[in-house]
Amino acid sequence: MANFFAMGGYAAFVWPAYVASVLVLGTAIVLSLRAYGKARRTLRQLEQEMGETGEKDS
Amino acid sequence: MRITVLANPKRFLDLSRVLVPWFLGATVVLLGGGLYWALFNTSPDYQQGESVKIMFVHVPAAWMGIFVYAVMAGASLTGLVFRHPLADVAAKSAAPLGAAFTALALLTGSLWGRPMWGTYWQWGDARLVSELILLFIYLGYIALWNAIDDPVRAAKAAGILSLVGAADIPIIHFSVDWWNTLHQPASIIRPGGPTIDASFLWPLLMMILGYQMLFFWLWLVRMQTEILDRRGRALMMAKGA
Repeated sequence: MANFFAMGGYAAFVWPAYVASVLVLGTAIVLSLRAYGKARRTLRQLEQEMGETGEKDS
Repeated sequence: MRITVLANPKRFLDLSRVLVPWFLGATVVLLGGGLYWALFNTSPDYQQGESVKIMFVHVPAAWMGIFVYAVMAGASLTGLVFRHPLADVAAKSAAPLGAAFTALALLTGSLWGRPMWGTYWQWGDARLVSELILLFIYLGYIALWNAIDDPVRAAKAAGILSLVGAADIPIIHFSVDWWNTLHQPASIIRPGGPTIDASFLWPLLMMILGYQMLFFWLWLVRMQTEILDRRGRALMMAKGA
């Protein structure tokens, strides 16, 4: 196991590359999903408000 | 006039809701399998030792940086020619993902370069510099979208930038042949077939496909987001009027 983490002496380069990849792509996933959720909530709220005042988008 | 017509590509939304879970599933399976294969089931390279493991996150990121750019420029061209708002949405939604992949390609490449070439960075290397320029083009494209309020004008300006910037793509690809500097020539997409060993090629292809699926998944999510945002803005304007 220790052997695996040592990466034949290249641990200081291999692991940062993997960690950076996970962090950057993970951030892209989180930001994309969060923005999608927010857009959906905002739109639903707007549509409800429009419905209550009896306005139609025509 | 129905104000939602422009920002309501309903068929796209319906289709992407069906596709999203499949892309998500494919991403999990391919990246899970690819990572396991790359980390636990490949032997050290006879020249690079274990530093070869970096290749499995570097090459997919570098490939995606270019692939996403081709998608973005293609969508921009479609938007400019046919004035279809969905094409502009497609181009805009792809850009941040392409920038992320390109940044990762630069970062992982420099982490591999330190032990293998003896340096993190070399201004004289055409591949490295043209890849950095790609990142700047992505950032400029995103900045242009943010700087112009009117989405039609923003799409036009950013679209033109993406088409001009497309000149960098062949430069990146051929830089390793035209200038014989640090970065080694292609070992997969080359005349005569791949020279990379099969034990590395298969897990690498799995990682590339995984990155590809990840992009399609997030691209669709971001396009949906942009469409919902536009519809929200249209409703706000109707409400204010």
